[in-house]
Amino acid sequence: MTGTPAVVPANGAVLSVADLRVSIGGREIVRGVSFDVRPGQTLGIVGESGSGKSMTVLAATGLLDAPGARVTGSSLITGTDGGAPTQLIGAAERTLRRVHGDRVGFVFQDPSTSLNPVLTLERQISESLETHRGMTRRAARTRALDLLTAVGIPDPERRLDGYPHQLSGGQRQRVMIAIALACDPTLLIADEPTTALDVTTQAQIVELVRALQQERGTAVVWISHDLGLIGQVADDVTVLRQGEAVEQQPVLGVFDAPRHAYTRQLLDARPLLGQSAPPPADASGAALLTVESLDVRFAVTGPTGRSVVHAVDDVSFTVRRGRTLGVVGESGSGKSTIAGALTGLVRPRAGAARLDGEDLLAGRGASGRRLRRRVAMVFQDPFSSLNGRSTIGTSIAEPLRVHRLTASGAAERARIAELLELVDLSGDYVDRYPHELSGGQRQRVSIARALALEPDLVILDESTASLDVSIQARVLELLLRLQAELGLTYLFIAHDLGVVQRMSHDVLVLRGGRTVEHRPAADLFADPREEYTRALLDAVPPVRPRAAQAG
Amino acid sequence: MTAGSIARFLGRRVAHSAVVLLGVMVVVFALVQLVPGDPVRIALGTRYTQEAYDALRAASGLDRPLLEQFLSYVGNALTGDLGVSFRTGEAVAGTLLERLPATVSLALVGVVIALVVALPAGIWSGLHEGRVSDAVVRVVSQAGVSVPDFWLGMLLITVVASGLGWLPSSGYVPIAEDPVQWARRVALPALTVGLVAAAIMTRYVRTAVLEVSHAGYVRTARSKGLPASVVTGRHVVRNALIPILTITGIQLATILGGVIVVEVVFAWPGLGRLTYDAVAARDYPLIQGAVLLMAVMFLLVNLVVDALYSVVDPRIRLS
Amino acid sequence: MTQVDPTAGSAAGSAVGPGAGSALFAATVGLAGNAPPRAGAWRLFRDNPVSVAAALVLLVVLVVGLVGRWVAPYGINAVDVANALQPPSGAHWFGTDDLGRDVFSRVLVATQVSLRVAFVSVAFALVVGVGVGVVAGYRGGWLDTVLMRVVDVMFAFPVLLLALAIIAVLGPGTTTTILAIGIVYTPIFARVARASALSVRVEPFVQVSQTMGTPSGYILRRHVLPGVSGPVIVQTSLSVAFAILSEAALSFLGLGVQPPEPSWGRMLFDAQGFLGLAWWMSVFPGLAIFVSVLAFNLIGDGIRDVLDPRQRTLLQARRSTRVPGRRRAARTGGAA
Repeated sequence: MTGTPAVVPANGAVLSVADLRVSIGGREIVRGVSFDVRPGQTLGIVGESGSGKSMTVLAATGLLDAPGARVTGSSLITGTDGGAPTQLIGAAERTLRRVHGDRVGFVFQDPSTSLNPVLTLERQISESLETHRGMTRRAARTRALDLLTAVGIPDPERRLDGYPHQLSGGQRQRVMIAIALACDPTLLIADEPTTALDVTTQAQIVELVRALQQERGTAVVWISHDLGLIGQVADDVTVLRQGEAVEQQPVLGVFDAPRHAYTRQLLDARPLLGQSAPPPADASGAALLTVESLDVRFAVTGPTGRSVVHAVDDVSFTVRRGRTLGVVGESGSGKSTIAGALTGLVRPRAGAARLDGEDLLAGRGASGRRLRRRVAMVFQDPFSSLNGRSTIGTSIAEPLRVHRLTASGAAERARIAELLELVDLSGDYVDRYPHELSGGQRQRVSIARALALEPDLVILDESTASLDVSIQARVLELLLRLQAELGLTYLFIAHDLGVVQRMSHDVLVLRGGRTVEHRPAADLFADPREEYTRALLDAVPPVRPRAAQAG
Repeated sequence: MTAGSIARFLGRRVAHSAVVLLGVMVVVFALVQLVPGDPVRIALGTRYTQEAYDALRAASGLDRPLLEQFLSYVGNALTGDLGVSFRTGEAVAGTLLERLPATVSLALVGVVIALVVALPAGIWSGLHEGRVSDAVVRVVSQAGVSVPDFWLGMLLITVVASGLGWLPSSGYVPIAEDPVQWARRVALPALTVGLVAAAIMTRYVRTAVLEVSHAGYVRTARSKGLPASVVTGRHVVRNALIPILTITGIQLATILGGVIVVEVVFAWPGLGRLTYDAVAARDYPLIQGAVLLMAVMFLLVNLVVDALYSVVDPRIRLS
Repeated sequence: MTQVDPTAGSAAGSAVGPGAGSALFAATVGLAGNAPPRAGAWRLFRDNPVSVAAALVLLVVLVVGLVGRWVAPYGINAVDVANALQPPSGAHWFGTDDLGRDVFSRVLVATQVSLRVAFVSVAFALVVGVGVGVVAGYRGGWLDTVLMRVVDVMFAFPVLLLALAIIAVLGPGTTTTILAIGIVYTPIFARVARASALSVRVEPFVQVSQTMGTPSGYILRRHVLPGVSGPVIVQTSLSVAFAILSEAALSFLGLGVQPPEPSWGRMLFDAQGFLGLAWWMSVFPGLAIFVSVLAFNLIGDGIRDVLDPRQRTLLQARRSTRVPGRRRAARTGGAA
């Protein structure tokens, strides 16, 4: 399937990047990064947010479109048919257009926005074939069909004339891969290609790219924030931190003998399966929260009519005081809807939820408000869960004022300081605004605000999912400490099984709004009964990189 | 499946329009009820006979209970009976239909002029965000939006008609009668309407293109190394077409019902001029009829736009 | 009058799926939500020469509106038939009209009349529209449906036509004009405020408040109203511009501000018979309208730019690099 053998730059690399620098508005974001991508191999580029990993690769391949960005350095890509390598930095539009889609293919993060909603899949796959290969529409269609088949789209013949909105997220990403590989590029750029997908879908995409790569000899640059995932896909790894490559070596070396302290820190912060569990808690204590046969349905109004989504279907569970129930599921499992029902954001259609025997679902008015105080929630996104126009102090003061928890202004100030201290923030954060804080700090503020209610139950809805691993590890530690100190009960909603294992005494696995499994965490992780649970566990990238298992 | 979802989509839109139409009729009907004093007396002026008064009052149905009046108003309106003019005694519907062609021809030519200017200018500007040419388009279009249309009309008359004597400044000839004269006479009013509409539409087209050009799929298109013309045409403009359709429909509807002042300036015998005369003469049945007709045209144009959506957007066609 | 407000785009698009119409609406509603405090916004506004120029012009217009009556060289109704239809000269900067009145003085004094009508009517539309829109958007349910149907009905009437119909009922005059313009621009504010309230309502920080049992009043005051203020400020500036145009159109038709009070639109009405004879009678009042409307429109645009997060980044990037118009620098400013 591969085209003519690629002619490589002198050092044998498909792509050779040297001293790449990108600055925007006088600030250097990428600071002299160099790397080589070897033919048929995968280079994993890993880094936390702000490391400049996407910008590095997009700048190196001439696809960066940031206003006012200045790119310097060198980036050479192998020529075709024995031609000289092409310099991509500072290249003319025409040169870049000849390289893009032909010698380099791209897969981006969000499959829901990467495909054109008004064009058929055939058109979107065939247009680069027509441009670079001069194929007729008919020949391109045949090739598009082959590609759809190769990336595992069911019923490809019919799908050719279909549109992106008819596909699932995973299928859309498969189509993106088909588009990227249409012209048999020597290099595939995959920019966080699985971040928007569920774990099981992620595992499938990883396997797909691997199979296609072996078949076609394509070199891959795989960008990810997830070191575990990089371990599964990469042959070589570059670790980026604040625009600098702090570590560059083969994947085994990175995992077994990291040279830089930051790499070690990333490795240690990974939430791994089977590594840790929360301190034991009384399994026979009183039930704090009892949920029985919860049923939630949403009416969805689309342009052509209404339909009903059955978000939660007959779910029952119990959370005992002082313990943590981990709720696990992929998108559409109904896990966040349960949180919404328990906090009054969503009105269930049927079922019961009792907190210490009091009806959580019926509560309206004054008694409802009192119950709201006893259940606090921390949301996923640290950026949008604080009002950007309010100071940290005002945000934390809201529950204190609404429920009249402090007697005076002085008492309020003292309590806010106390709460900030509880989450390891100093008192001078009171007058700051959210945009002055990092993601981890904001999430601490959200936790402090939740604690201001003096709740019995804290619902943590993917509360650490948006944080970088190193920060996530510290926030998880904080949550465990608070549970021990304050005797809190958690409903811990997450998709990451490693994190769930670290936090939970019991686990509830959901799929499509229904209960799959509800057991003590130790039993469930040791011996999953249901096939779906096993599939979830199998999809988690293992501790050791794939190369270690192969060798 | 395809036909089904289009039908469902349009069915919903028609139902929505029907509700709005009912509301429109309530407003139009209420207009006359809200007139302080007796509309018939106001219409007849100071000198009239009791007989004339009774006859007009009975003819307009104002002597019956309110709900009955409304129901019969709706019933009549749906069958095309909009009452008789206080002033001329002629059927309102007939008068309106007589004036409709003049307004429609003015509006259509105006929208065509607007599209010819706005599409290239807006697309160019949206694709070159932040460049000098974009700034020029933005300022010029903002200036166009800020020009009172009737003033622009007066300036055109002063320069083109009175000053240079190239085109007549007023009057209307039906296109079927004499296409050349029609064109000569429609030119200035349509230019007035079209230029102002062009300024508004340029801004919308620019926004739409700008929005789309930052979409993920446009980056995907660029990552395929497609020629710039393909990226622009097939990816940016195709997607921007949906909001552009919306604004074109709204502009057409607005011009159909909103050229009153321009029609007055150019003595154009269309619906706007008719409405103006009716307001001046307090000819309530005629005002009601004109207002209703224009609202109905607005709803109809929007339904046509909706139908076009389902052609352009596969998410509606195939949902 | 063919103007529609920039947000009217959703009239047809509101019921259509993702993408349709939203691009238009997003023009202002995108500003709603969780923006950080406006620190720096003023600096960005100040750095835009177009905005600054517009602000200066607006300042002049406002000052004229305030003191015009006292600085006008002639009385507004100082009829001087002997000097009728004089072209602009040292004595009469903008010439004289058919009754020999000084056009310059009349333009100055009319500023106040026109601005007053525009400000009062927009204030009316703002208060009513934002109230209705925020309640509809935040509460949702049947109340939202009913209120928005009413807004849909009002949108079905072309702006000037509805104003005309209201005047036909209430009779011409300044007060009626204010009321008519206020009513026809209310639905736009309702739409803008509702759409913004809808987008703020689903923001996690509002949901957090709801889960904590915070009363709706507190949430509306603390979170929703500040959240919708950005789009509403922009809409206000644009609406004042349109209100000036509407007043001019109504007065031009002889149905708005009535003599002896001068208004720009009325002056154009008077100029109609003299288009070929005395160009100055129509040019100067028209210019006055044009300049004031343009100033409000440009300022609305400028505010939108500094409040829009994406535009903001662009402006900030440009501010710090000081190389305007270098959008393609990433692609061309390479190794060389």
